[in-house]
Order: sequence, then structure tokens, then C-alpha cells
Amino acid sequence: MAAARIVIVGAGPAGVRCAQTLVAAGFKPILIDENRRDGGQIYRRQPEGFTRTYATLYGTEADKAKDLHDSFDRLRAQIDYRPDTLVWNLTPGQLCCVSQGRHTTVDYDALILCTGATDRLMPIEGWQLGGTYSLGGAQIALKAQAVSIGHRVVFMGSGPLLYLVASQYLKAGANVAAVLDTSPLGKRIKALPKLMARPGLLFTGLKLLAQLYRAKIPVHLGIAPVQVLGDPISGVSGVRVRSASGATLTVDCDAVALGYHLRPETQLADLAGCRLRFDEASGQWLLDLDEEGRTCVSGVYAAGDGAKIRGADAAEHAGRLVAMALLSDLQQPVDVAQVAEQRQALKVMDAFRLGLAQAFPWPAAQAKALPDEAIVCRCEMISAGELRRTVSEKGACEVNRAKAFSRVGMGRCQGRYCSQAGAEVIAAAAGVNVQEVGRQRGQAPVKPLSMLTQEVAP
Amino acid sequence: MSGRFVRLAEQGRPTVKLIVDGVPIEALQGDTLMVALLTNGPTLRQSEFDPGSRAGFCLMGACQDCWVWTRSGERLRACSNEVREGLDIITQQPEAIWPLRG
Repeated sequence: MAAARIVIVGAGPAGVRCAQTLVAAGFKPILIDENRRDGGQIYRRQPEGFTRTYATLYGTEADKAKDLHDSFDRLRAQIDYRPDTLVWNLTPGQLCCVSQGRHTTVDYDALILCTGATDRLMPIEGWQLGGTYSLGGAQIALKAQAVSIGHRVVFMGSGPLLYLVASQYLKAGANVAAVLDTSPLGKRIKALPKLMARPGLLFTGLKLLAQLYRAKIPVHLGIAPVQVLGDPISGVSGVRVRSASGATLTVDCDAVALGYHLRPETQLADLAGCRLRFDEASGQWLLDLDEEGRTCVSGVYAAGDGAKIRGADAAEHAGRLVAMALLSDLQQPVDVAQVAEQRQALKVMDAFRLGLAQAFPWPAAQAKALPDEAIVCRCEMISAGELRRTVSEKGACEVNRAKAFSRVGMGRCQGRYCSQAGAEVIAAAAGVNVQEVGRQRGQAPVKPLSMLTQEVAP
Repeated sequence: MSGRFVRLAEQGRPTVKLIVDGVPIEALQGDTLMVALLTNGPTLRQSEFDPGSRAGFCLMGACQDCWVWTRSGERLRACSNEVREGLDIITQQPEAIWPLRG
């Protein structure tokens, strides 16, 4: 079986550790990645010619980033690495790819999806204005390009990334206007026992917070976002929120970084027929996997944040573990102690994940409170009111049906930034739980393709 | 506002010249098109669905809110394409040209 064609999609922490484990077992996997360079989003490498050090770029995670990049550099000759390549569809045993405008197919016997995550967004009135960015996007601007998204930046939403990116901006010399968190302090205190699963990481988080306070950056907890202010031509000019005490607070700024932790990229797994399940803790649909990363479809595996949002450290463990699951399925020898070690590490990270979900909850109630005129779909400017009317006038209480009537989820982002909030809007209008309105089905192409795409003979 | 994005470091790179909507601009080698355009001005493109301007959103190739075009009609995601000397960019969607056989 040494000739098994193994394809890994995604060259972030999960994909690289998976490839490394397979190479050590004598295999030569194909590693397909949409990015130009390895590292995924979290350990994204800066372009050639940039000179910032690992310590400057990755802070407390510098050693991990360097280790992952070094591992990849050593692996490169031993794997079939295909950067700048999007997998846009799949059928059993075959991937459809596009690279630089050319379409090709890649056959596989085993497929490991390490497709990562994007920011999870809740709309706010005015979020379509130029100068509103996803929190992860704000971080990429700094890490990969050494720029700030604005002259005066507000960080709004919830989750650990909110404090991480705000403190990275501060350290890099950007002007941070405020950090506005929807999660109240009480939730965090209640989550402390679970967060103690990773005391080091909890301490790092507290240090970031202390840095912000020391720099006298206004940090408000338990806020309710009201509006991104500005005009359609010149973009953002401020944000308005309701503070925990009920007062209206307006902050002047020309950029907003917005995000509520992460959502997994599950489109390819969905197209492969993998089952998803509703995760109560985070309030979103995740892949239904066994403890080692097997999906319900034989030969299809998943690891990293695309499988379960547990962060980069967990992704490295899950990448190794899923590779060993595949090796075991291919009747190859597997180091039992190694498997146990990865599983134990992931158990700790699972406990921490539940702590984060409790400390920084997804603000589902905001969807219900969105004014009718607020835009839900940024791509095509479709409002909450229009989406609600598909429920009240057309009886569309299921997300795919509501999408067909309203086009929310049908635009060029294909629901990545509106579909979860859209489901909350539909559920609230229909008076049911969000899991009852279902989830948006994955559709090929998973990202827009150009009409100029050419087919190349394999 | 001159530029939306603010450079914080890595400013010693060689410059690259390109053209945006007929106007010459300067960027730095290694800049994405998005950074090149948004360090020179406040917006990236005109929304097709309302009178508003857009300046991108996710920077990771997921939202597709940063499409621009070359003069020959090729669509580029500004967040994931680097600047090249002499690139001729337009920020409004050109007339669709359907590729004909041959």
C-alpha cells in the first residue's frame, strides 16, 4: 500500500504536522495549499524581502512558528507541494483544482482536510462601510504586510483574538482607539475553572490585557454594538455601542476590526458527504469526527480548526494524530505511545475550548435585535428586514430555502460571513432554535472561479 | 484622507510603479495590490449593489470584497496578488468579455 495516493489540503499547522508524520512513515503525500507560502493564516510567512524577526512577528508564539516553518522547509523535497492552488470541488476519489487560471484534477485514495477557519461575524448596522475589516484580516495586514488597517482603529467583538490583535497593533505602533468586547466580565470569571486547563495560555491572555490597560487603551466589557458610523463613499468615521451600564458610547475611528472567534471551513468535507453536527458549546455546525479525525466517509479525514476550533497548538497535535489514524487504516505500524500523547494533549485543549466558548460567547441575541435596515449580506447588500420577510411572507424557515428567496448566502463570499448570523435571524423570526433552521449546504465551486479558467490535460 | 492603511515597518523596500485607473502610483516590492491601493487612497472599488465604495474585508481570500481588474480584463483578488512593475489596474468592473472559441 506504499503507493496509496494521499492528499492533504491546507499547509497550516495541522497540514504540515500531518505531512511530516506521513513522510516519517515512508509516504510522499501531495500537499495542496491555496496560499503562496506555508504556515496557514496563524503562522503566515511574510513576503521575501521583509526583515522583521520571529519575535517581532509572532511574539510569545515565535518558537512555534519558527519550528513549523523549519519543519516545512525540511519536508519540502519529500512531499509533492502545490502552493497557490485552490481545491474548488471534489468527487469520490478526485479533487478539482485551479492554479493560476488553470484547472487540473488530482486523484486520491485518502484525503485529509486541514482547511482551517475564517473569522466568525455578527453583522452590525454599517458594517458594509469601507474600513470595517475582519479581526483576522486586521492581523494579516500587520503580520504579512506591516500595515495598520487605519489611522485610528477600534477592535470590537469577542474572543481571545480581540485582545491578541489589539495588543499586536499597540506593540507595532498603531493607534488603538478602543477595545469593545460584547462578553461581560462575569462570564469570564465563571469560565475560569475550564480555562485553567491551560494555565500558561490563560496567563498570556491576562498579560495582553494588562498591556492594553497599561497603555491606557479604553477597554469596555459587556457592550452591545449599535452601529458603525460613516458614509458610503468615504467609509468608517466611528462606532456607537451601548455600554454595560446602558449608556451610549461613541468612539471616533477610521477603521474597525470586527470578529467573534472563528468558524470552520467545511465546504469540501460537506461536498465529500461528511456528516456535520451542531455543537451546543459554540453554537455552530462542526464536522462529526471520531477522536482521531476520521469523518463518516471512508478515506476522508479532517484536522485543525477546519475540524474543530481549538487553535494552532491543537492543530499541530490533531495533524499528527490524523496522520497516524490514516496509517493505521492503511495497516501500517503506528507508535501507540505517540497516539496516546496526542490524544491526551487534545483532551486538555478541548477543555480549554469549552472555557473560551463560555468566556466569550457567540452573541446570538444580537441577530434578533438587528434593525430591519441593517445589512446582513455585505456582498449583495441584503438587509435583515428582507431576510425576515422570507420567513414571515414566504414561510422559509430553513436556511437554504431562505437563501434561495433572499440571496443571503448566495453572494461571492458564499455565506462565509453572513450565513451563521443569517441562520440566527431566521430562527428568531421563526421562533425556533437555531439548529432547527439547518445549515447552509456547501456548493461547488467553493470559491468563485473566473470564466477564463482553462482546462489542462492531466 | 490620503491613504487608508498606515505603514508601520518594512519601509526600506524598493519601490514599484503601477497605474490605477489611469493614475500612476508608487508601492513597495512585496506589497499586495490591496496595500498598494489603500496606502495611496481610501477605497479599493465600487460596490456593484449600492453607491458605496469598498475597501476589502477579510484579507485572506475568503470574502471576495477586494476584486480589481487588469486593463486586459483579468480579475485579481487584491488581497492575494502582489504588485508588479507596470501593472495597469482598473477598479470598476469592465464590460464582460465572453471568451470565444479559438
